Amino acid sequence: MTETLLEVENLAIRFRTHGGEAAAVSDVSFRLGRGETLAMVGESGSGKSVTSLALMRLLPKAPQCTVSGSIRLRGKDGGMFDVLSLPEERMRAVRGNNLAMVFQEPMTSLNPVQTIGAQITETIRLHRPMTRRAAEDEAARLLDLVGIPSARQRLSAYPHHLSGGMRQRAMIAMALSCEPSVLIADEPTTALDVTIQAQILDLLRRLQEQTGMAVIFITHNLGVVAEIADRVMVMYAGRVVEQAAVLPLFEQPLMPYTQGLLRSVPRLDLAGRRTGALPAIRGNVPDPRYPPAGCAFHPRCDFFIGGRCDSQAPALDITPDDRQVRCLRWREIAA
Amino acid sequence: MSSTAHTLPIAPAAETLPPRNTAWRRFRRHRLAMLGASIILVLVLGSYLGPYLLPYDDTYIDIMQRFAPPFAGAHVLGTDELGRDMLARLMMGGRISLAVGFAAMVISMVIGISVGAIAGYYGGLVGAALMRFVDAVLCFPSIFLLLALAALVDPGVGSITLLIAATAWMDVARIVEGQIRSLRERDFAVAAEALGASDRYIVFRELVPNAIAPIVVAATLNVAKAILLESYVSFLGYGIQPPVPSWGNMLNNAQIYLTSAPWLAILPGLLITLAVTSFNFLGDGLRDALDPRMEAA
Amino acid sequence: MNAILEVESLRKWFPVGGGLFGRGQKQVKALDGVSFSVNKGEILSVVGESGSGKTTLGRVVLRLTEPTGGAIRFEGQDITGLSRRALRPLRRRMQLVFQDPFASLNPRMSVARIVATPLMVQGGVGRAERRERVAEMLELVGLQPHHAERYPHELSGGQRQRVGIARALAMNPSFLVADEPVSALDVSIQAQVVNLLLELKEKLGLTILFIAHDLAVVGHISDRIAVMYLGRMVEVAEAGALFRSPRHPYTEALFSAAPIPDPRLRRSRIILQGDIPSPLNPPSGCAFRTRCRYALPACAEAVPPLREVTPGHFTACIRDDIALQASVSTP
Repeated sequence: MTETLLEVENLAIRFRTHGGEAAAVSDVSFRLGRGETLAMVGESGSGKSVTSLALMRLLPKAPQCTVSGSIRLRGKDGGMFDVLSLPEERMRAVRGNNLAMVFQEPMTSLNPVQTIGAQITETIRLHRPMTRRAAEDEAARLLDLVGIPSARQRLSAYPHHLSGGMRQRAMIAMALSCEPSVLIADEPTTALDVTIQAQILDLLRRLQEQTGMAVIFITHNLGVVAEIADRVMVMYAGRVVEQAAVLPLFEQPLMPYTQGLLRSVPRLDLAGRRTGALPAIRGNVPDPRYPPAGCAFHPRCDFFIGGRCDSQAPALDITPDDRQVRCLRWREIAA
Repeated sequence: MSSTAHTLPIAPAAETLPPRNTAWRRFRRHRLAMLGASIILVLVLGSYLGPYLLPYDDTYIDIMQRFAPPFAGAHVLGTDELGRDMLARLMMGGRISLAVGFAAMVISMVIGISVGAIAGYYGGLVGAALMRFVDAVLCFPSIFLLLALAALVDPGVGSITLLIAATAWMDVARIVEGQIRSLRERDFAVAAEALGASDRYIVFRELVPNAIAPIVVAATLNVAKAILLESYVSFLGYGIQPPVPSWGNMLNNAQIYLTSAPWLAILPGLLITLAVTSFNFLGDGLRDALDPRMEAA
Repeated sequence: MNAILEVESLRKWFPVGGGLFGRGQKQVKALDGVSFSVNKGEILSVVGESGSGKTTLGRVVLRLTEPTGGAIRFEGQDITGLSRRALRPLRRRMQLVFQDPFASLNPRMSVARIVATPLMVQGGVGRAERRERVAEMLELVGLQPHHAERYPHELSGGQRQRVGIARALAMNPSFLVADEPVSALDVSIQAQVVNLLLELKEKLGLTILFIAHDLAVVGHISDRIAVMYLGRMVEVAEAGALFRSPRHPYTEALFSAAPIPDPRLRRSRIILQGDIPSPLNPPSGCAFRTRCRYALPACAEAVPPLREVTPGHFTACIRDDIALQASVSTP
């Protein structure tokens, strides 16, 4: 097993709303090794984006939002430290240096009135003592690294001069500027066209090979997961419902939700053959404010048993082959 | 999994929804708005029914009781410099002020919404011309505009109402234009067009209801503004002519007696404040009540 | 073949920029000479990336956007020049389902009112009959009677999309344009809505122009597929034929770029270099040549016409000598 870079244990996030407190995320634990890509899969309200913001400590402060559990990150000196207890001043240095983030919509995360070059240079100089000139050289090197043609000239471009794919590359360049050990990519290709998505996925994979950084890839697209993940964490209604290496997860999903998701997605390799109705999951994604009792998936589940699934909240079980699954009946279902 | 799984009932989600939440229920929860509505109701009822219950006419001059202070003697709220009963005058003045305020608001809203909706929906040359006209009119402070217009017509309740409306519709037009311009690009407007709806249907049934919040706020502000404008003009002699009372001209008559008989100014002033504030609260409440997206708090 | 919709060299140019009186104005050619027809009872999908003009196409054939040139014939009638008043009765026969299930429903209206809108607009239906029709439509799209009193914000994305479909079908149209109807929905809901559309198509005998970018969904649902690139159709074929033997390099690249939910199939992709060119300033000749790995000097010379290479299979590529990869190279 590779060296652990990030270790999250029993992460829980609660928001205070008009109607009282609501749990956005509970009982999330995972570890991330060097060079590893963990895909966090989930639908709206599953808590995947909130989890990533908690890692970056970018959520609102208490009392609107309380985060409990532990998030431990390996520092550049090699020791592990606790992210949640860090003073804000130190946390600012951690963002960028150890942890960096790429968002879904690059246009909203780039400053529209500053050139790309100025924004990257500023980020670099925030974390590394460097002259403006040297930082500019570094920025040009980074833009070149992420595959932006004629990088030097692009330094003076404004975000609206760039296409969506180029903007996302610029965002990645900025995120990489301080060589973070963990990159969080929150739906980085969702707003892009397929041909551009392929370019960005390829870029991330190449950068990861070069730098050995670990990537948390948040997405709802199972195709993208199959394409880039080493390990997959499936989230539903704020909880991890299944976690496994990518191959076993796609070959033999244990949790009925994962099974249903994989079955319901039309397959390109079967495209053009009339296959009738898709095996859809019935019902709706639960409103995070009113989660169903017991197992949150029970109203939509084909293996639901009255009196059990709707009353008893299942714990996260560890299977003999070191997978995690949250279902009362997974053994029966797998058999 | 059966192939008809997707047509199964979706009951679980329905159970978790909040209870039905009507406009009236949302309005009732708004305490200040309820208070405002009650005060307005009292003012309106008092102004229209009150005079029938009082022993004094508002023009009756009780020469022996000039400057009678409130709560002392036969005149409950005292008398003015001519010995006329203050309560009766306030009630009759309320009729005029509230009617002028309300009518001016309705007229200005009709003009403002129409101009704004046409400019916002059609845009282009028509929209630009209309909005530049609005900007031009807005350049004049409304009080000067009002005075200039008032000098040309015979002062009276009807003409003053029209004049006030003529100086108060531009803000509404601007608000509505902006709202309609952004709403008409929304998919639901395209959907209505795809269903074969006429322009009038799209503007007034689909778009304007979505702009109701700022419109209602503008409307209540306009009532308040109209009541104040009426008092300005009356003071300058172009408004409601004595002996017909309005809260505005009562307030202004009272100026010279501010130290000797302060109630002459305080009472109409208080009523103007009360009416204006109540209309503002009412506006807040209506804005929230008319929005089905407002959650049950 | 019995065409319900025939489109001939349709153009839609949007003017951008320019000073007073249109000096220095440029044209975005969102649609630049598109011809195709949709046969009665089929699902024709239009696939393309952003800027391909596929959404504009959907709006123009329904006459919601004015075409710059070309002709649209619906059920044999030329509707290109019809006034809004003349179009109104035709609106009963052709309808639209939107991508964004939130923006396409009026937030101020209850579900019952939204579904009743077409009946109110078109008139001639009494109140009681309207209520009956709304109940019938809600049942048809798999909603409960109590949803009638709800407002859009109280529904989930999937339920909202069902309301949008109910509204579109309330007048029994024969032709439906579905503009990315599932791409804004959660993954577990997409299959429900795809199934619903297929089921309704069978039950009501609908013809659907399905606009999408998700090739897997398109492959599942379509009878025929048209691939668009920068305002033109580059390939049109029967669905099976397109996936088995694409004839345009762009189609091949699209297939190759689409991720497949099976980690065993991680494959060597054809990664297109560069971005989609700006529609303001498209390349000369074949618009795809700047990113095409098979491009020849001849590709820059003239816009290649869409020509029939095998019966029913059209491509706008001049190279017949290349063997393109199918959607998946499974053993």
